[in-house]
Amino acid sequence: MNYAVRILLASLLGLMALAGTARAALTIEITQGVQGALPIAIVPFGWTGPAPNAPEDVSGIIAADLRRSGRFVPFPEQDMLSRPHSAAEVNFKDWRVLGQESLVVGQVNATGPDSYEIRFQLLDVFKGSQLAGYSIPVRGAALRRAAHHIADIIYEKLTGEPGAFNTRIAYVVAKKHVNPPRYELQVADSDGYNPETVVASPQPIMSPAWSPDGSHIAYVSFEKRRAEVFVQNLAMGTRESVAAFPGINGAPAWSPDGKKLALTLSQDGNPEIYLLDLGSKALTRLTDSAAIDTEPVFSPDGKEIVFTSDRGGRPQLYRIPVSGGRAQRLTFEGEYNARGRFSPDGKRLAMVQGQGGKYRIAVMELDSGTVRVVSNGALDESPSFAPNGSMLMYATEARGRGVLAVTSVDGRVQQRLALQEGDVREPAWSPINLK
Amino acid sequence: MKTILKTTSVFFACAMLVACGTSSGVRTGGEPAAVEDRTGAAAGAEDGVVTAGVGTVGSFTLAELNNPASPLFKRVIYFEYDSDEVAAEDRETVAAHARLLAANPGVTVTLEGHADERGSREYNIGLGDRRAQAVRKLLEFQGASNSQILTVSYGEERPVAEGHDESAWRLNRRVELVYPGQ
Repeated sequence: MNYAVRILLASLLGLMALAGTARAALTIEITQGVQGALPIAIVPFGWTGPAPNAPEDVSGIIAADLRRSGRFVPFPEQDMLSRPHSAAEVNFKDWRVLGQESLVVGQVNATGPDSYEIRFQLLDVFKGSQLAGYSIPVRGAALRRAAHHIADIIYEKLTGEPGAFNTRIAYVVAKKHVNPPRYELQVADSDGYNPETVVASPQPIMSPAWSPDGSHIAYVSFEKRRAEVFVQNLAMGTRESVAAFPGINGAPAWSPDGKKLALTLSQDGNPEIYLLDLGSKALTRLTDSAAIDTEPVFSPDGKEIVFTSDRGGRPQLYRIPVSGGRAQRLTFEGEYNARGRFSPDGKRLAMVQGQGGKYRIAVMELDSGTVRVVSNGALDESPSFAPNGSMLMYATEARGRGVLAVTSVDGRVQQRLALQEGDVREPAWSPINLK
Repeated sequence: MKTILKTTSVFFACAMLVACGTSSGVRTGGEPAAVEDRTGAAAGAEDGVVTAGVGTVGSFTLAELNNPASPLFKRVIYFEYDSDEVAAEDRETVAAHARLLAANPGVTVTLEGHADERGSREYNIGLGDRRAQAVRKLLEFQGASNSQILTVSYGEERPVAEGHDESAWRLNRRVELVYPGQ
């Protein structure tokens, strides 16, 4: 019931106010599989309603989510021996013989004009018992989101960790071959559906960053032919300019309490890290070196900032207390390490690592210092952790175009999200508790 | 004096056009976003400025910016990878622009710094800035005043060459000297 209330609230809050047009502007392509994933059978859900088919393929969305995580292998639909829609119709032998450990059955019912009910059950095939079962009332426009939410429930029941499917991603699309060129900051569901443009400009847009509560996005815009940092309210579409100093205004990063932004400014002559208090607008300079200091990011406990600096000759990652003090170098492997991003638990740091002319995504374990390269492109950049820490999204190059890719944090599962038009770049994964 | 005034008025007209064009070219939206097709909406910012020759000013004329035989015709300085050093062969170009600025205190120039696509985007903003600052310093050493020079770094965001190899990268590591109206 709690889940049903949350889903209803989500739709009431207008998150899905786009009238059910789930355009698949991003298409998903699995580029690498994984061994050891859990077998799960997701039976196509039943449907009762006036139309011949349900408005969304709810069970298909759930299966695609679970497959994308790399933790599950959904069983092929065409090989199923039976197609039950509720636990009462299940013959567990059918599924044991197919080697399935978990089974998802369900039904979508139309309950009125534009209102639906999704019933589903997650079953343990070997015990023949139910692990979860819910009935979720939902409006038509929220069906996809409800399906992602069900995938989150299943993921959490079976892995013990929260899912991150019912989340969103922000990214920049550059359309350079239209006149004038067009740069768009878009927000979409975590599977690339329901893209919406929140800002469009003929000049570059960069560095989107979600506020910790998911209500605002900070970004850099060159619309006035100079860099300026804006903070935009996503629900309202209103925005505020928070940094328009001479020179660089870049690399915004939110403090975990949402009250401050770390920024790169060059008003004093060269790029330095500053803290901006969003309430009082007070500005504190954090670094002071003749080098390029940029790409700040707060640790999840809010106590320190990791940033990129070439004070040692080449770009490397450093950390500094938010109260100021001495910067300490963090990265020693690789010729080039830049744009650090903490995992949500603060135990890992993802970065862009350059070595032998290739730029790839690497993940460092902060306690041991072990570094693992998790991507295999030549020009990979902008890593962003899923809010549950299980996956990383980053920007890469495929057939001459900028595309987004997702990898499990161990690098074993790789998958691409490709947009139909333009270069897609700078993905930023939303927090889990979207308002 | 008269010509200087004409020069500055050209500059202000241009600055206004830039401001008008961009403010109308940006759309922000909530959810759902009001996304419109506004092809051409910002054309004024790009193409709306027309300039004419303004006669002789000091030892250089702004008209010479369009004369292929003038050192002022060259307005792009290229750089090595991860470097902000102005090459010896470009120093005379920079010196010519410094003389133009020194002789014409009403003229301003924007130094647009750029980087190639390798590495992270915000670090590349830093690199483009450093390149623009390197050119600024040379201009100032040779008589241009600080207030005549604006810098903006676009990092890797506005490449002129689209390839993913050194033949494109070397063209993208650059500082462009942009005069109002040119």
